[in-house]
Amino acid sequence: MAFDPVTDYPLGSRRPDLVTTPSGLPLDDVTLAGARAGSLAPDDTRATAGTLALQAEVARAAGRVQLAEGIERAAELTRVPDDELLAIYTALRPGRSSAVDLEAWAERLEELGAGHNAVFVREAAEAYRARGLTADG
Amino acid sequence: MADARRSRRFTAREESELRREVLVEPWPELGLVAADGPADPEPELVVENGRVVRLDGRDAADFDVIDRFLVAHGLDLEVADEAMALPDERLARMLVDVDVPRDALVRLARGLTPAKLARVVGMLDPVELMMALKKLRARRDPGNQAHVTNLKESPALLAADAAEAARRGFDELETTVGVARYAPLNALALLVGSQVGRPGVMTQCAVEERRNLELAIRGLVTYAETLSVYGTEPVFADGDDTPWSKAFLASAYASRGVKVRFTSGTGSEALMGHAQGLSMLYLEARCVSVVRAAGAQGVQNGSISCVALVLAVPGGTRAILAENVLAAWLDLEVASGNDAIASHSPIRKTAKLMGQFLPGTDFVTSGYSIMGRRDNTFGGGNYDADDIDEWLTLQRDWQVDGGIEPIEELEALRVRERAARAVQAVFAELGLPAVTEAEVEAATLAHGSADMPDRDRAADVEAADELLAREISALDVALALDRQGFEDVAEAVVGMLRQRIAADYLQTAAVIEPDGLVRSAVNDPNLYLGPGTGYRLEGERWALLQALPHVVDPRSLGAAVADADAIVEESGPAVPGSDPAEVVIAVGPAFADGLRETIAGLPHDDVLAAVVDGVREAGGSPRIVRILRAADVAFIGYDGAGLSGSGVALGLQSKGTAVIHRADLQPLDNLELFGMSPLYTLDSYRAMGRNAAGYALGQRVGPVPTELDNFARAKLIVRTTLLHAQEARAVVPGAAPVELEIVGSARQRPRSGRLQGSAPAAGG
Repeated sequence: MAFDPVTDYPLGSRRPDLVTTPSGLPLDDVTLAGARAGSLAPDDTRATAGTLALQAEVARAAGRVQLAEGIERAAELTRVPDDELLAIYTALRPGRSSAVDLEAWAERLEELGAGHNAVFVREAAEAYRARGLTADG
Repeated sequence: MADARRSRRFTAREESELRREVLVEPWPELGLVAADGPADPEPELVVENGRVVRLDGRDAADFDVIDRFLVAHGLDLEVADEAMALPDERLARMLVDVDVPRDALVRLARGLTPAKLARVVGMLDPVELMMALKKLRARRDPGNQAHVTNLKESPALLAADAAEAARRGFDELETTVGVARYAPLNALALLVGSQVGRPGVMTQCAVEERRNLELAIRGLVTYAETLSVYGTEPVFADGDDTPWSKAFLASAYASRGVKVRFTSGTGSEALMGHAQGLSMLYLEARCVSVVRAAGAQGVQNGSISCVALVLAVPGGTRAILAENVLAAWLDLEVASGNDAIASHSPIRKTAKLMGQFLPGTDFVTSGYSIMGRRDNTFGGGNYDADDIDEWLTLQRDWQVDGGIEPIEELEALRVRERAARAVQAVFAELGLPAVTEAEVEAATLAHGSADMPDRDRAADVEAADELLAREISALDVALALDRQGFEDVAEAVVGMLRQRIAADYLQTAAVIEPDGLVRSAVNDPNLYLGPGTGYRLEGERWALLQALPHVVDPRSLGAAVADADAIVEESGPAVPGSDPAEVVIAVGPAFADGLRETIAGLPHDDVLAAVVDGVREAGGSPRIVRILRAADVAFIGYDGAGLSGSGVALGLQSKGTAVIHRADLQPLDNLELFGMSPLYTLDSYRAMGRNAAGYALGQRVGPVPTELDNFARAKLIVRTTLLHAQEARAVVPGAAPVELEIVGSARQRPRSGRLQGSAPAAGG
């Protein structure tokens, strides 16, 4: 059945069939019994990019454009390893990075399939350059 | 020469708690102005070829990092023309007009600049702001968040407090650490405790971002609200962030399954020394605009930790309410402060609270201290464990849902003990330093960490480090609970993992029901359109919030005593007497019959004996009659005086109120009235008897000395009402008075019928 971002929220209650873990385990199979049987791995208990994309649709259908964009960026960031995620955050803090550093992160994000985030980082680099917030600024 | 005299009233007021606080005149250059600062820019938006070239008094070339972020992500140029063209007054009126739906206002806000937002909201008075907040709140049902910490970072106590908070209906629980390395243990204790108290309650641990993200990745926390934003570029940079870094962090959290709420609030820019001469409210409009632009679902605002600074300037309380309204208008979830101590003065801080409490917000406080104040390591505790009954009573008084439910003491003990046992079990299973039986017992009953046994803190922080190193996750916690027989709690923890996977709680203003249903502004929107619409506290919820454990059934108070031994018996109709020394003691219809003691708890037989003694001591001859036609003390006394040979009578109501009357006075006049019945002792009644006899015999009489208790009415008015109702029910209209004789032992006590909680009779 097709996804309706207005009537299918909350996904967990109304459309569990659309939700899986990163390894593909259906939401309904995420149970204590499954955990006992060892079918659940700790790093498998999180939202997939696909689920977050559906949540972004829900936000957009409710008229929340920026929230939708934030969740879309989050969907992309599921593909970014933890240490790099923190490294990019640190790089975006004021005075931490040169324009070149930030461009390198933007390219890395593109490699990881995080195009919206790459645009976001380039936009920051431009604003930082104008406001003297780059390391070389 | 100056007059050096001091008023004792002025000097007494100077000693009050309130006067510890410094109030200042506005000083706009330092940002010490609540709203409408002289340097606040005129609202302005100039768009050329789809590009913003001027925003609130600045050219594009001068845009700071905040302006740039708002232009890139905040302003919806499709509605900006229409919205910015609306006169301020028009928008302000729409905010309070119940016929203008929230959706219409939220749409317009997308195109408003910070200066316009601040200007419009700044036009509303406090009641209008409350109306606007009630209308603009994102989620239909208000909620609340609790703080759970303690000085010893005792895991058993954290778990017990978390469980009690969850059981009391808080939707979110926040902890923090005194020592940073404790974070995983505190997060673990909160997770376990919360799910014992009520499945679905979300938890967070306020620590440094990297550590926080690590806890989130392990599933040990489910939300974060530590992402601070500021209204000027220098303060943002001093906070070591930019709008881009914070927005990226928010998405990073969301990518790891964390519900994210930003933090802002008036006063921070002034406190950090870079307000740029701008008003607090204008700067907050910039903050909440950034929060929405960053893609956050919500914000914790309402001055938060700077609240006392904002309250130092004129209009501070109003500005704080206005900033909550701003956030709600921008379609953000609002956790509306009231967590940091706003004032030393209970009156002042609670007056401030009403701005959020009465309209209701998504989280009325962004941290109600479930512990005593000294255990609140957030450095606050505006309201805490010792104020729970006050909060519950306010909810009951106003018929307002402030998000806290009453529970019975035994139920609190049950969930606290179970949570302490559950965390004990998890610690044992995971090889963490043992939680002892003594800790479980103490955590169940404790007022605070002072009641808790000390732990080996060095061992605890080592174990905390190890917990992270071993990558212990919420799944391990669930399995540990399951192995130790806490299957239902294990199920609840797995339920929280399912929530992470489905990510429904990333939507605006989401909370989780015990059955796992997520309620947010998407599926439970606030559609308030005036009386009869939106969230109303009624039905089962209202029944729950009014049933405080100490509420009593009025029918159980002052019940009649059918089986008590008789004190008096009727001996025929009362006729006028002729003895000039006679004092009639005229009692009410229920006296010594349906009612057996005064409101002060004095048995009626003792009271009668004391009055009789008093009359005799002063040389009078007492005669007792019962007035049946009236329950009012004036008429009881007046009727008695008409029967008295001397013309003087002492009228006595069952609740103990008395009057000395004389036959020639008007019914509502008297010689002496004794209206402070809760304070009277048997000696008082003896003195009344003496005075009555004194009047009868024409002696000089000084009034009976009486004390004054200004709280007597507040304490006893319910009992007064119930006792009087019983007296009134015993009235026989038109019935003639009857003569009474004392029977039985004067010391006999009724076997029942004592008022609950009534004061013991002095010397009785």
